[in-house]
Amino acid sequence: MTASSETGQGAPAAGGLTRRQRRRLILGGEYALFLGVIVAVALLADWESLRVNFLNLDVVGDLFPEIITVGLRNTVIYTVTGFVLGLVAGLVLALMRLSSAGPYRWTAMIYIEVFRGLPALLIFIFVGVGVPLAFPGTNLPGGVYGQAALALALVSAAYMAETIRAGIEAVPRGQMEAARSLGMSRARAMRTIIIPQAFRVVIPPLTNELVLLFKDSSLALFIGVSLNERELAKFGQDLASEKGNTTPIVVAGLCYLLVTIPLGYLARRLETRQRRGQR
Amino acid sequence: MSGTAIEIEGLRKAFGADEVLRGIDLTVRSGEVVCVIGPSGSGKSTLLRCVNLLEEPTGGTIRVNGDEITHPDANLDAIRIGIGMVFQQFNLFPHLTALGNVTVAQRKVLRRDKDEAARIARENLARVGLAGREDAYPARLSGGQQQRVAIARALAMDPSVMLFDEPTSALDPELVGDVLAVMRTLAEDGMTMLVVTHEMSFAREVADRVIFLDGGVVVEEGPAAQVISEPRQARTREFLARVLDPASAGAPAGTVGKEAPE
Ligand SMILES: Nc1ncnc2c1ncn2[C@@H]1O[C@H](COP(=O)(O)OP(=O)(O)OP(=O)(O)O)[C@@H](O)[C@H]1O
Ligand SMILES: [Mg+2]
Repeated sequence: MTASSETGQGAPAAGGLTRRQRRRLILGGEYALFLGVIVAVALLADWESLRVNFLNLDVVGDLFPEIITVGLRNTVIYTVTGFVLGLVAGLVLALMRLSSAGPYRWTAMIYIEVFRGLPALLIFIFVGVGVPLAFPGTNLPGGVYGQAALALALVSAAYMAETIRAGIEAVPRGQMEAARSLGMSRARAMRTIIIPQAFRVVIPPLTNELVLLFKDSSLALFIGVSLNERELAKFGQDLASEKGNTTPIVVAGLCYLLVTIPLGYLARRLETRQRRGQR
Repeated sequence: MSGTAIEIEGLRKAFGADEVLRGIDLTVRSGEVVCVIGPSGSGKSTLLRCVNLLEEPTGGTIRVNGDEITHPDANLDAIRIGIGMVFQQFNLFPHLTALGNVTVAQRKVLRRDKDEAARIARENLARVGLAGREDAYPARLSGGQQQRVAIARALAMDPSVMLFDEPTSALDPELVGDVLAVMRTLAEDGMTMLVVTHEMSFAREVADRVIFLDGGVVVEEGPAAQVISEPRQARTREFLARVLDPASAGAPAGTVGKEAPE
């Protein structure tokens, strides 16, 4: 932008332009640049080849309905089971983390530190490849479904534990004191008074975590899935190589966005509503 | 035991090296109303919170209706049922309605069935002047109404003793009267009450006895009218002069007349 020094408000600047005129000029320049780039791309790109490779309607037709009935369906199953399992584990870890008994606290802290520090991919490989190697013949209930749920739960439990712990700690101390003064035990007060309030605070961040898990469920392909166990990403990959065309990957991406964008929007809505609700 | 509701002997409480209560002896008879006054930081809240063991004493014994709550094997949850507590900041459960606030402990602690708990809750809400507001969430109630729900919540457990920790300090001035009126009725009905307050006119009119606490010890104790109108100790006189006429004294007025949080 121009380097002319700021003068007093509303006074003509060095070049003889008022501040408003200068701002218009800059804005106009920005629009012109943007339009120029668009026109250049439109003229130079090979639209026909792009369409054939990335959004080939013949290929799109072949994707349905399996991309929904197999791909999206499995993505949803992996995500939801992993989320529920991770949520339960996260709640337990959060309570352990807040326990007055040292061993519980240390165990939870170590788990959280370890699993927050590991790449999700490594955990999937560990569950999908490492565990079967170590214990040949043992099978998780649900086969690949159980493995994917376990891997996603392992990935998410640490994060959810920290989120839930923060939520519990955000509940004012007076709530526990009021509950105790009415004769509730600590455990009873936790269940009836503290945790319900903590969950209201953590619903937006947990919704965000659900979005992350929805995307991370794509790592299930590293477990080694059969045809009917493929989720969106693997499905897109397989069909892309089968058809020699990128379109399946694009359509799989659109399927992800179909879920992640509304969920992310919902999380932000809940967050702002909550912030406004807090007087 | 007969006639003695609260019996405190040699109560000491330290936070680290900071000894806040330095040997308190205090007896409250059944049906008596005792007000505790004193400057900010003198240990009034700590004293009250020791009585139901929200704060664990470092020394001394406390008996409530004969049960030694300071005994290592005391069943705290059971003893606390009989001790109602009202907090400065109300501490209502924001996720429950007024009725929910008053029923939750009846159901979960006393195991009353749903209808009975609701009936008792309605009675107590009516008693504090809140009939018709059963379904309101705390956020929809004024500070004075919230504090009265908190009183109803404690009363629904049929306590034999009520503890009040500056119940009107967080209220707008025009809302103080309703809460004090409820407390006055409660006193007239014979409830045993231990009240920390800066409301001197309430103390003078309602309390049987007033305790002046300063520096963690009971500096002066006696009939309400005497302690407030003709204090014997210089420290009591100084404190009362500051509280009764904050403008004339140079010292900060402490927590008197703090504004409501909303
Ligand atoms: N949990 C705690 N940890 C450490 N110090 C504390 C704690 N609670 C209270 N204190 C200290 O104990 C002293 C007495 O506090 P207390 O709340 O009993 O005073 P108070 O007489 O109720 O004062 P106020 O009129 O301001 O409510 C204060 O110096 C306070 O800082
Ligand atoms: Mg206090």
